[in-house]
Amino acid sequence: MNLILVTFIILLAFTSYYFGRKKALVIQSSQRLTALPKFYGYYLAAWCAAPALIIFALWSVFEPSIVKTFILQDYTDQNLTKNELQLIYTKVKALAAGTYTGNITNFLDESANKYIQLKGIANSAKVAIILAILIFSLSFAYRSVQKNDRMREPVEIFLKWVLFVASLGAVLVTIGIVFSLLFEAIRFFQAVKIFDFIFGTHWYPAKTFVRDGQPDPELMKDAFGAVPLFAGTFFIAFIAMCVAIPIGLLSGIYLSEYAGRGVRKYAKPIIEILAGIPTVVYGFFAALTVGPFVKEIGNAMGLEVSAESALAAGAVMGVMIIPFISSLSDDVITAVPQNLRDGSYAMGATKSETVKKVIFPAALPGIVGSILLAVSRAVGETMIVVMASGLAANLTMNPLESTSTITAQIVVILIGDQQFGDPKTQSAFALGISLFIVTLFLNVIALSVVKKYREKYE
Amino acid sequence: MLKNIGKNMNSFKKNLLKKRYNAERRFQWYGKIAIGLALSFLAVFMFQIFSKGYSAFQKTWIVTEVHYDKELLLIDAESPSKDDLENADYYDVAYKAMTSLDPGLPEEEDRQLIQMVSYKYETEVKDLLLKNPDFLGKIVPIKLTASDDVDQVHKGNYPRDIPEKNRRVNDYQLQIYDMLNERGDILSEFNISFFTSPDSREAELAGIASSFMGTVFSILVCLAFSFPVAVLAAIYLEEFAPKNKFTDFIEVNINNLAAVPSIVFGLLGLGVLLAVFNLPRSTPLVGGITLSLMTLPTIIIAARASLKAVPPSIREAALAMGASNMQTTMHHTVPLSMPGTLSGTIIGLAQALGETAPLILIGMVAFVNTIPGTPVDPAASLPVQIYIWSESAERGFVEKVSACIMVLLAFLILMNLAAQIVRHKFEKKWS
Repeated sequence: MNLILVTFIILLAFTSYYFGRKKALVIQSSQRLTALPKFYGYYLAAWCAAPALIIFALWSVFEPSIVKTFILQDYTDQNLTKNELQLIYTKVKALAAGTYTGNITNFLDESANKYIQLKGIANSAKVAIILAILIFSLSFAYRSVQKNDRMREPVEIFLKWVLFVASLGAVLVTIGIVFSLLFEAIRFFQAVKIFDFIFGTHWYPAKTFVRDGQPDPELMKDAFGAVPLFAGTFFIAFIAMCVAIPIGLLSGIYLSEYAGRGVRKYAKPIIEILAGIPTVVYGFFAALTVGPFVKEIGNAMGLEVSAESALAAGAVMGVMIIPFISSLSDDVITAVPQNLRDGSYAMGATKSETVKKVIFPAALPGIVGSILLAVSRAVGETMIVVMASGLAANLTMNPLESTSTITAQIVVILIGDQQFGDPKTQSAFALGISLFIVTLFLNVIALSVVKKYREKYE
Repeated sequence: MLKNIGKNMNSFKKNLLKKRYNAERRFQWYGKIAIGLALSFLAVFMFQIFSKGYSAFQKTWIVTEVHYDKELLLIDAESPSKDDLENADYYDVAYKAMTSLDPGLPEEEDRQLIQMVSYKYETEVKDLLLKNPDFLGKIVPIKLTASDDVDQVHKGNYPRDIPEKNRRVNDYQLQIYDMLNERGDILSEFNISFFTSPDSREAELAGIASSFMGTVFSILVCLAFSFPVAVLAAIYLEEFAPKNKFTDFIEVNINNLAAVPSIVFGLLGLGVLLAVFNLPRSTPLVGGITLSLMTLPTIIIAARASLKAVPPSIREAALAMGASNMQTTMHHTVPLSMPGTLSGTIIGLAQALGETAPLILIGMVAFVNTIPGTPVDPAASLPVQIYIWSESAERGFVEKVSACIMVLLAFLILMNLAAQIVRHKFEKKWS
C-alpha cells in the first residue's frame, strides 16, 4: 500500500516535469520565458512530490503510536504495567496479521478487530489526505506556471533546502547516538546508583539475572562497578601505545627525514596496509598465534601466563595502530618549515641532532595530537579484545593475566537476544555513553591541539 | 703546556665528533629497525594467514562403491518415476556403502566407519541417483565428503603421534584411512562448496555463501543510504553554507562523528533501528543502515576535500558566463569533483566492509544456514563469519577462518584498487 502510494507520487512528479516543460514551450509562443523550460518542469515536480512525501513521512512516523494509544485505551482500567501493555499490543498486532498462535480471548479478539478497523480508517485517511495535498499543491504550482512567474529562483531555493537538510544528517546521527545512549543509561542509573557504577570495583552483571521478578538490590549494588573495565581499557591501550609509539614515531621520522624517494613511495603505503586490515582479522591472529606464543615464552621463563593475556591483545592492537602514528607524525614533521632545519644545519648540527633538538620540539604538539587520536582509537577497539583478552573483568595490572574492556563487555552483554528493560542490557548503554564521552574528550583535545599547531606554521 | 692543551682539545673534539656521528648512525638504524619491524609484522601476519588458510580451498573426498539395490531402496515400481526415487529410503544403501569398506567389522563398531564421512552422506548418495537415474540396480563408485577430522588428517594438519585417547581420529580409523589412501580412494579437489554453500555446524560442509551475500547486501544498502546524503551535505557545506556558528557546529560534529568508536554505532542501531523503528533483526538492511551512519562522515570529508580541490577559476568562469550559483555547482564543480568523491566513497565502504562489532550488536551473528536472497533475510557478513568460526573449537574451522580472511582481504584489495583507478584515471590534474 505504502509502496504503491510512494510510486504514484514519484510517477506523478515525473509526469508533471514533462507537463511543465511542455507548458513552458506553449507559453514561449506568446510571451518571454523567465527561465529555461526545464525549470518549469522542476518547479511543478518539486511542488508535486515534496509536500506529499513530507506529509507521508510524518504520517508513517506518527500513525503507529496513535493507533497504539487507541487500542490500549481499553486496557487502562486494568492496572497493567508498561511491559504488560506492550505485550498485549504485540499480541493484538499478531492476531490481526493472522500469525498469533496463543489462545485467543474475547478481549484480544475485540482489540484485534478494532486494530484492523483503525488501520483501515488510517489508510484511507492517509490516501485521501495525500491526494488532497497533491491536487492542492499541483494546482497552486500550475497557477504560477500559467502566470509565467519567475521559475529558476524558487527551484534553486528548494534545492538549497534539500542540500541543507542533507547536511543536518550528520547532526541527526550525533543526536541519535546521544539520545539512544542517554535514554537507556538514565533508566540504568535509576536501578543502579551512578556512584556504584563509577567507583564500584566488581563487574559481574550475570549475577543479577533472576528468572522471575526483580533482582535483589543488594546484589545490584555490587555487580555493576565499572572500575575494572575502565582500568582494563586504559591498561590495554597503554600496552598498545608502548608498542605503537616507538615504532610508529621512529618510522615516521625516518620516512620524513631520511628515507629516499623510492623507500618512501613503497614503505609508506605498505605500512598503511596495517591500518586497513579488519580488526576481526587482528583478533583472530592475536587469539590463535600471539596469545599461545606469549604463553609459551612466559612458561619457558617460569611465569604463569593466561592463554588470553592483556599483553597479547595489547601488542596486536599496537601493531594495528602503528600506521596511525607513523602517517600522522610523518605529515606533522613534513609540515615543519624548512628554514628551521636549515638554521640548525648551519650551526653544524648533524641530522639526528636537528631532528631531536629542533624538529621534534617544533612538531611536538602535532605529535601529541596524533598520539591522542591513536589512544582514542585503541580505547574504542573492540574485536581484538573480545577475541584475545578474555571476558572476565579482573582488576589487575599484570599484563600476563586476562582483563576485559568497556567495548568487550558491551559485546558480551548484547550478543544474542536482549531484553530491553533489564538492568544488564541497560548497563551496556551506560558503558557505551562512558566510552562515547572518553573518546569525544580525547578527540576534541587532539583536534584542537593539531589545529593550533597548523595555525602556527601556515 | 699550551700546545698540550691544544692537542687535548683537538683529540677531545675528535672524540666528540666521532660520538656525534655514531649517534647519528644509531638514530638512522633505529628508524630502519622500526620500519623493518612494522613491515615484518605484516609479513608474519600474511604468512600465518596464507599458510593456515590455503588448504581450505581443497576438499577431501572418500571414494567408495554404492549399490543402488531396489529392495534396500524400497522401490517397488518396475520403472520408477522421479518421485519414487525422491521418496526412496537411502539409509541402508548409504550405510552399506560405508560399511563395505571393511566387511569384517562387527556391527556394533560400524559408527567408526560412518564417522569418517560427513553426516550428510546419505543426501550425497541420494543426489547421485537423482542425477543419474539409470544407476538404479547397479554398483557404482561414489565420492563422499570426508569428515573434517579425516580431512585434517589428509591435509597433514592433524598430529598422528599423540596418544589415541587424545585424538579425535582413533587408530582403527587411521588404519582405514591409510588403506584407502594407498588404494588412491582419497581424493583432493578444489573446494567449490566453500563458495557455494551456507554456514554449517560441521566444518567440512561450512561455506561462505550466506555471509558473502550478507556482506554484499549490507554494502549496497550502506551505499544507497550514505552516498546521496553525504554528497548533498558536502555540497552544501562547501559551496553554499554561510560562515556562522551553526555551520561550524555541523563541521565539528562531522569531525567528531568520524572518530566515534564503531561499537557505539552498533548501540545506536540496536537502540533506535531495532527498538524504536522495529526493523527486522539480524538482517543486512539494519546492518547496512548502521554502517551507513558510520561511513557518512568519511564520505562527507572526502567529498568536501575534492570539491575544495576544484580551482576557483572554474567557478568564476561559469559565473562570468551568467550561470547561477546552483548551476555553477551542479554543472561544473560537482562533476569535476566526482572522481575524488567516488574514490573516497569506495574507501569508506571498504572500512565498513571490515566492521564486525556493530553488526554483532544488531544480531547479524546468528547462525544462518540459508543463503539470503533479499536484504531483509537474516544473514551474517564475512567479518562476523570470521568471528563465529574462530569461536568454534573444531580444528577444521581454523583453516576455514583463514580462508575466509583471505576472501575478505581479496575483497578489500579489489575495492582499494578500484578507488586508486578511479582517482588516477578520471581525476583532472590542475597545475
